[in-house]
Amino acid sequence: MNGLNKHGTNAAVWLVLLTMPYWMGAVGGYTELATRVVVLGLAAMALNFLLGFTGVLSFGHAAYFGLGAYGTAMTLKYLVPSTPLSILVGVCVGTIAAAIIGAMIIKLRGVYFAMVTIAFAQVFFFIAFRWNSVTGGDDGLTGWKRQALKLGFTSIDILGNDKAFYYMVLVMFAVAVGIMALLLRSPFGRTLVAIRENERRARFLGIPVDMHVWISFVISCLFASLAGSLYALLNNFTDPRALHWTQSGNFVIMAVLGGMRSFWGPLIGAAIFVVLQDYVSSHTENWMSFIGLFFVLVVLFFPRGVLGILRRKAAS
Amino acid sequence: MSQLLLFNVFNGLVVGAFYALMALGLSLILNLSGVINFAHGGFLAIGAYLAYTLIPYIGFWGALVVAPFLTAGIGLLVERVLIRRLYGRDPLYSLLLTFGLAYIFEDGTRYIWGAQSLPYPIPNWLTTPLSTEFFFLTGYRLFMVALVALAVGALFFILNRTRLGMRIRAGTLDLETVSVLGVNVRILRNLNFGLGIYLAGLAGVLAAGMLGLQPTIGTSLIMPSFVAIIVGGLGSLPGTLLGGLLIGVASGITTVFFPSATEAIMYVMMGVVLLLRPQGLLGEEGRTQ
Repeated sequence: MNGLNKHGTNAAVWLVLLTMPYWMGAVGGYTELATRVVVLGLAAMALNFLLGFTGVLSFGHAAYFGLGAYGTAMTLKYLVPSTPLSILVGVCVGTIAAAIIGAMIIKLRGVYFAMVTIAFAQVFFFIAFRWNSVTGGDDGLTGWKRQALKLGFTSIDILGNDKAFYYMVLVMFAVAVGIMALLLRSPFGRTLVAIRENERRARFLGIPVDMHVWISFVISCLFASLAGSLYALLNNFTDPRALHWTQSGNFVIMAVLGGMRSFWGPLIGAAIFVVLQDYVSSHTENWMSFIGLFFVLVVLFFPRGVLGILRRKAAS
Repeated sequence: MSQLLLFNVFNGLVVGAFYALMALGLSLILNLSGVINFAHGGFLAIGAYLAYTLIPYIGFWGALVVAPFLTAGIGLLVERVLIRRLYGRDPLYSLLLTFGLAYIFEDGTRYIWGAQSLPYPIPNWLTTPLSTEFFFLTGYRLFMVALVALAVGALFFILNRTRLGMRIRAGTLDLETVSVLGVNVRILRNLNFGLGIYLAGLAGVLAAGMLGLQPTIGTSLIMPSFVAIIVGGLGSLPGTLLGGLLIGVASGITTVFFPSATEAIMYVMMGVVLLLRPQGLLGEEGRTQ
């Protein structure tokens, strides 16, 4: 893709994101749906930092997503009624857990890495599910709400005003995505791609591969927990489903559906997935079969994702 | 106290036998084809519900024999039509495909047989406790453990003493060489997949008798099976067996002292094993890459 084309894509993505709350209603959606696209898009892009750009197969990102959500929810419920602080706590909890678990599993690769990440994610699911008195168990954690942003001179009501909350989320999204883009353009990011392409050669070149994979894992989980934290704020609620392995699978299918090899791909995948899930689950009780069938069809017919296909068409 | 402990250790052994049966099937498929079969729990549920449907016609024993074979047949078909296309591609894709299948199977069983749990009829003489002192030793549980032992014995006999088993083991080590030596690898992988699914179907029929039938019966057993494989050792079937029994017994013992950590204990064990011995208890070094 040439430079002009790249800038064009970026401009188009940002234009859509900036105006989304204003036309979402006209096409049959609602502002909350737009916010969900951005939040889950962030989670999928965070996963893709590891999956698409480092080539490490993590199937347990729901753990860090859910830890971010619970960290935020519990801070607001039990500690301080401050939205920024609760986000900070959520992100810290998720990132610290990722740093510890990452250190344990960094020697594994491929399917084994996937299996261990799935299994570890389940630990947090059981804690949230079992520890009723603190986490609310299966019913989820309720009885708290996101708080207005206090900026000293003024206060922004993100609770009552859906659009204000959307733009707060979009700002966080922009910062996160900007950092990831910068990292991928840096020598560090190039090294990650080198590891993806040929790990053995990277090792022979003297690159500390395990260290790089660990850092990539932690960065990826950091942004996944930010997404989880925003997701809890969006719903004013969180439950163990945010931590379940099916959620991890959803993130992976979003990344694959949009295109793992492209930066914006997972966001597009997330948009398609969220809208489809919203539509199917409001029209049929058997939405699980439809989502399952969707997984199968994507794997069989769209393994390169939407952007992968577009790029191929453009090249030919 | 000691009786309670004994009860829970035995209970853990029964549960562990299940985990092992599930995990052995998963492990077979993973080792030869590099596919993590997320739909394994779905196959288990299919086995259980098929047996339930068959009982009125062919009785408890007939269903016990026939249902696992029918499940294996479905497995062969799924491998032939869907999973075979994905060999040689990034393992990510087979993972996602079986993940989608797991969704479809769970929802499908719910659609066909209903969401409410159904009782699974077992012969009366199997449900009575064998002694008043050890009330937990019902015939069915002993029968189940015996049957799992038999199945595992048969599996290892097949793997070690038959031509098919030797080819499977050889293919696990170096599939390319096996192919060059004239073995039809496509059929080998197909049969191996069917063998794994047979074990899932058998586990399903046995689980139905103990837990009753519900559409989520398989999904609740799949995670412990993953843990069993990781604890026991990647690439080692005896390790998988050991891992399953170990985490089952550990959960049983934990139930006595700290009931809310029943599920968590196996993940703690997994963490410890990964720290001290990343390849698992009986795993060979170098299989983890």
